[in-house]
Amino acid sequence: MKDTLANTEKKTAYILTLPAVLLVFSIILFPIFANIWISFKEVELKDIRIPEPRAKKIVKSIADEPTKIKILYKLRNSSLIQEIRDVSFQDNFPKNFKIEKLDSRCSFKKYSLKCEFGNWPAKYRENFQVIFSTNDGSKIDKQNLKSIKPKLDGKSNNILLNTNFTLKNFKKVLFENEFIDLLLTTFYYTFFGTVGSIVFGILTAQMVNQKFYGRIFMRSVLLFPYVAPVVALAYTWELLLDPNSGTLNSLLLNYQIIETPINLLGQKYIEISILGFDFKLRLALTTVIMFEIWRYFPLAFLFILARLQAIPKELYEAADVDGASPFQKFFNITLPQITAVISILFMIRFIWNFNKFEDVFLLTGGASGTRTLPINVYQQGFAISDIGMGSAVSIVIVVLLLMFMFFYFKLLGKKVDEN
Amino acid sequence: MRTKNTILFSLISTFLLIFLISIWKILATLQGLNINNFNIEIIFIFGFLISLAHLIIGDRIKLFYKSVIFSSIFVFCDGYLIQKLPVWYNMGIFLIVYFFTNKISKYTFIGLKEEHSTQVILFDFLTLFGILFFSFVILFPFYMMLVTSFKTQIALLVNPLDFSIDFGQDIKDLFKSYFVIFKSYKFGKYIITSTIVSVGTVIITLIFAIPAAYAVARLNFFGKTFLSTSILIIYMFPAIVLVIPLYTIFSQLGLRNSIEGLLIVYTATTLPVAIYMLQGYFKSIPKELEEAAILDKLSWFGIIIKIIIPLSIPAISSVALYVFMIAWNEFLFSLMFLDNPNSFTLSRAIQYLSGDAETPRQYLMAGSVVVTLPVLFIFIYFEKYLVSGLTAGSVKG
Repeated sequence: MKDTLANTEKKTAYILTLPAVLLVFSIILFPIFANIWISFKEVELKDIRIPEPRAKKIVKSIADEPTKIKILYKLRNSSLIQEIRDVSFQDNFPKNFKIEKLDSRCSFKKYSLKCEFGNWPAKYRENFQVIFSTNDGSKIDKQNLKSIKPKLDGKSNNILLNTNFTLKNFKKVLFENEFIDLLLTTFYYTFFGTVGSIVFGILTAQMVNQKFYGRIFMRSVLLFPYVAPVVALAYTWELLLDPNSGTLNSLLLNYQIIETPINLLGQKYIEISILGFDFKLRLALTTVIMFEIWRYFPLAFLFILARLQAIPKELYEAADVDGASPFQKFFNITLPQITAVISILFMIRFIWNFNKFEDVFLLTGGASGTRTLPINVYQQGFAISDIGMGSAVSIVIVVLLLMFMFFYFKLLGKKVDEN
Repeated sequence: MRTKNTILFSLISTFLLIFLISIWKILATLQGLNINNFNIEIIFIFGFLISLAHLIIGDRIKLFYKSVIFSSIFVFCDGYLIQKLPVWYNMGIFLIVYFFTNKISKYTFIGLKEEHSTQVILFDFLTLFGILFFSFVILFPFYMMLVTSFKTQIALLVNPLDFSIDFGQDIKDLFKSYFVIFKSYKFGKYIITSTIVSVGTVIITLIFAIPAAYAVARLNFFGKTFLSTSILIIYMFPAIVLVIPLYTIFSQLGLRNSIEGLLIVYTATTLPVAIYMLQGYFKSIPKELEEAAILDKLSWFGIIIKIIIPLSIPAISSVALYVFMIAWNEFLFSLMFLDNPNSFTLSRAIQYLSGDAETPRQYLMAGSVVVTLPVLFIFIYFEKYLVSGLTAGSVKG
């Protein structure tokens, strides 16, 4: 009895979870494996369209012969690079039709014209013409004829399904495409974006955790950048930072803080001298990181605030009795209490920033030294149209992410052991 | 000790005043006023004197009179002696100084003698400074987005710093950018597409997620722990990695440029987090209710419909809102899958609009306002639900 109950429970569970699991697996897990497959192939964007045999039907009446009609099919292979094999053709006609002259490739049975055209090479074109007449001498309805569409079918090689593999893509990704530079840019972007957003998150959470008028309102405002659509925000920032008549540059010029406009999103380096040391700052990259921090510190803020509100008040009361200063309280009570949240946040944000595509794409499109790995996936796959290369870059991203996760959990595990 | 604390207090408070007035000056400049200088030195001297005078006078004059006197002196010197500016600007300065003197009113000579008083002051002022700083930094781009959408191309070229809006003009001229994007750029259609996609994603996600979350929360089956951990791992997986295979498969299946394609992808990407959020809530529902239902021979379907869903309306609405926002804001997949303007979503349409260098910026900003407003309204109105959604991967310990 118990067994059957457990069995029905199991069955129910599988029925309930199956649709969700199937969908997620087919849209998320399957593509990750498909990526591995594609990354070992030489595929371009134009290769992935399946070649189709196409026919355009043109109906022409013949002068002085109302019972006869000429039908012209403009046949072609839609692909410019691949052949189609065993093209078959079928078109149906009204019952009173008879064919005048039959092409050797075709047969006309039961008012339907069937043809076998054999193989069509790439770019193949043919004008195929048939003449019909009616049995009973009645007039021919051209519109009716036009509305019947011919059916074509053919076999073609799907370049994605064949088993020609190559290591060319990985060779190119790792050795030819300034891979180190790409990696460094991605790392700067990810690391500083993550650290910055966490630092601002701590500051704002500490701030909102105090009592002041308008605190609830402040909490909502702080979340605005996180909930608003990235497209709107990125274009607003672009407009603010625009070198010609952008608001920020106009303001700085107006107050005579700068003499010439700074192209914050379009300039790769800016030279800065502090205390006599000259160094070059990656300007566009810094700006993009700023946007990143601005947009994502609210998440850190929310997590840390939730944690701060859960710290027992007694801890602070005890500290007050001991005469601790506000900074001592912050460093000795607050910070130790939020380290766990911070380490989780660091991981989540690091992974997400590492894969962030939209923000950089919308702000700079990857120009002026802001090309990160995700941007490279897009550029290889869609700008240069090399799907195989794009996939290879994706694989590099996945491998790096797995490595990061591995080290992170190893470090974290060690820490837990120490405590 | 006392002198040191007094000077420190005056310095810190003066910096706050400088910051407040600088923000006001920036905002005034953006209303078209010709302000070329922050006059930081003068504000510094005045701020320092006000702080000192406040400490010296103490309680001898009522706070209200004290504030009014200080503010008036400041406004007179700044507004009339240094630079002549309109009345509304000086009103603002007056209110700022009034606010400032009220803020510093709780500090006295006696208070400054206490232990850690400088740190307390620093902490207080940093908080105040932070609130103002972050409010400004966050709201300023939104403000610029809104005001730019009401300007005209010529006005922006003539004076790029004049963002004042003339409310006296005809309503048709004021909202011209909005009329244009709805008429010439078909934004009405894009709003409908975006709404269909977002609402559709919410509905399908809930239909798939509620049963799955119930199973994970309540039933025992082989592979349960594997399922619940893989849900989170999948949630961490990057969308950019899925783009190329999905693009190729969707191209071959003819799902590109279709709402169905977007619905499938959006549902799949939001399902993990939806299941995770829901199962956490379902676990908190008392089991006794279901046990009674099982005795009544209710099927699992009946249990979910009659017991679970009515009891978890808050959690379900929080998931629904969260998923809606993700789908509404989504950009990457809409960029990849849509290249026919007839099937654009709002985000994709704005990006398409910006691709044309000729597009005036106020149209772009009007489009941005149109795509942002619904989300912000939903967020403000349902904040309580959404915040719990945003902290979904939440933190225990």
